[in-house]
Amino acid sequence: MLEIKNLHVRIAEDETEILRGLNLSVKAGEVAAIMGPNGSGKSTLSYVLSGKDDYEVTEGSITYMGEDLLEMDVAERAAAGVFLAFQYPVEIPGVPTLTFLKEAMNAQRKQRGEDELTTPDFIKRVRGAAKDLEIDFNMLKRPVNVGFSGGEKKRAEILQMGLLEPKLCVLDETDSGLDIDALKVVSDGVNHLRDPNRAVIVITHYQRLLDHIVPDSVHVLSKGRIVKSGDKDLALELEAKGYADIIAAAA
Amino acid sequence: MTAHSPRILTEGETSLIDAVARSTFDGDTSARKAAVDAIEANGLPTRRVEYYHYTDLRALLKGGFEPAAPVSEEVARDAGKPYPRLASDACVLHFRDGYYHDFGEALPAGISVTDGLPEAPSATSNADATSLINAAVAIGGVTVEIADGVEVDRVLGLAHAQTGAANTASGTRFAVNAGAGSKATVIERACGPNGNGYLNSSHVDITVGEGATLTYILSIEEGDAASRMGRLTVDLGKDATINLFVLNAGGKLVRQEIVFDCRGEGGHVEIAGINLVGGEAHIDVTSTINHHVANTTANELFRNVCTGRGRGVFQGQINVAQPAQLTDAKMACNTLLLSDDCDFSAKPELEIFADDVQCGHGATVTDLEPSYLFYLMARGISETRARRLLIKAFVAEAFEPMEDEKLEEALEARMDDWLDANV
Repeated sequence: MLEIKNLHVRIAEDETEILRGLNLSVKAGEVAAIMGPNGSGKSTLSYVLSGKDDYEVTEGSITYMGEDLLEMDVAERAAAGVFLAFQYPVEIPGVPTLTFLKEAMNAQRKQRGEDELTTPDFIKRVRGAAKDLEIDFNMLKRPVNVGFSGGEKKRAEILQMGLLEPKLCVLDETDSGLDIDALKVVSDGVNHLRDPNRAVIVITHYQRLLDHIVPDSVHVLSKGRIVKSGDKDLALELEAKGYADIIAAAA
Repeated sequence: MTAHSPRILTEGETSLIDAVARSTFDGDTSARKAAVDAIEANGLPTRRVEYYHYTDLRALLKGGFEPAAPVSEEVARDAGKPYPRLASDACVLHFRDGYYHDFGEALPAGISVTDGLPEAPSATSNADATSLINAAVAIGGVTVEIADGVEVDRVLGLAHAQTGAANTASGTRFAVNAGAGSKATVIERACGPNGNGYLNSSHVDITVGEGATLTYILSIEEGDAASRMGRLTVDLGKDATINLFVLNAGGKLVRQEIVFDCRGEGGHVEIAGINLVGGEAHIDVTSTINHHVANTTANELFRNVCTGRGRGVFQGQINVAQPAQLTDAKMACNTLLLSDDCDFSAKPELEIFADDVQCGHGATVTDLEPSYLFYLMARGISETRARRLLIKAFVAEAFEPMEDEKLEEALEARMDDWLDANV
């Protein structure tokens, strides 16, 4: 589903290189965990996948479902099924969450050549998805993420993910800022979306999230490259020993 | 000593004077002549006139004007068709190229209307250009009386539409008197086809009686080559409230003056507006709020969206006279600049002679927030749609004082039309 080859990325503004020859392959149905210390390039990877223009790809390729992902703009990638669950979801004053959800769902339906949702059908879907994630429907009448707690914002991200039915989900430190109960609710939401036709990339610092969302593969990112890959046991090893040994061994 | 050389009139000035001279307008010809003489003697204002600091009318008002002639009822009805009414159950009084056309719509209970031009505004200096032009070219007009104590249950519309007649110079003059304790909504709307370089002049004098509440919507949707010179004055009595909403969504050159005089204690001015400035438009809203007596309040909010090569202007003056203690006045003017070639000038002015008042003003200029745009697009919303969502969010606060949701939706639809054409 996703094939990243020799990816080099720098910050457009100051030309600092962040990703330095990253290779990663994720298959449909796979849950891949990306772990790594602060500053290793985890968030950069998620932004480059979603198309944020603060980053510049200087070398390498990203192929998504046989297409050149780097040729698409942010909205086109999302409409093609790439979903980024933000580490810090953005508060947008003045745009009601329901208006935003409807606009987003219809944009993607349009892309797929489907009819726009009727209002009753839309409300029914949102109500159902909100209930599963223990989100108060009235909260969705408020502007996007405005006044939401940290946990509510993360749940709202997973709600959007469920409603938009993406093919490739990228979860950027979705566990940060979540208490134990919220972590369980959010993880259940993600597990519910596990599907043979869907891939999930879980970016995290900690093993804890991977107890709930059990990965098929674990990749260690350091200084802009994947330095070690393995199965879920690699995450346990990291938890026990820390990053230093593995990074030193790879260097 | 040399004699003053005779003033050289611009093509716009000459054309305006000439169009009036060739017209066969009825009504007070002496007022018309006096206005034309004043324009001829003093010329139209340049930027040296402080009231026109950002709008060089002498340079901006182009010529080519023709006198307006009355049209048949059929033509008049057709001219209104492209502009579906903003309130479905309204009674609308129709004006075409300045002329009043009575289509026999039943007036709401509690409202009476007298056909005929109200008295011309008194004006002499070139700072009064808006009034002078109206005195010179206004053709049709009505006086609207809202009876004391009546809560009017239907909207009254005053709708001006330009017919296909090219480049006419015409206008309307209205007087609206809201009786004591009355409550009513009036919509003034001005529409016209694109590509027609007409001039429309609108002058409205409003009085709001003791304890009355008047909601007045001014929707300016002139054609993209049109010039509009508008002036609206509001006299507020004791415990009277004016709720004014202004939408600017058209016109090549728009000058809209708004003047409030709070003359009775407990008076309240609520003014909100959205100025959409795109293409080659020059849109100037100049407002003055005069607090003459104690205990009056005002809340003013404008949201401006500029794009293309549009130039926007907001001059907002608040004057607090010495006796006007405990005045509470707020003014905000916030602007989105969406292109490199557009600009917006904001000039807030406070003149306060009383010592126990609260007056505040603020003006901001921003672009759309890139992180908002990225978030929306990361959910599959196209850049165009995402920008629209954010623009609508930006102006949304201006709709807040509006109580009638259907009216708000209708005005939003007008805004959508503008966004379709400009963003």
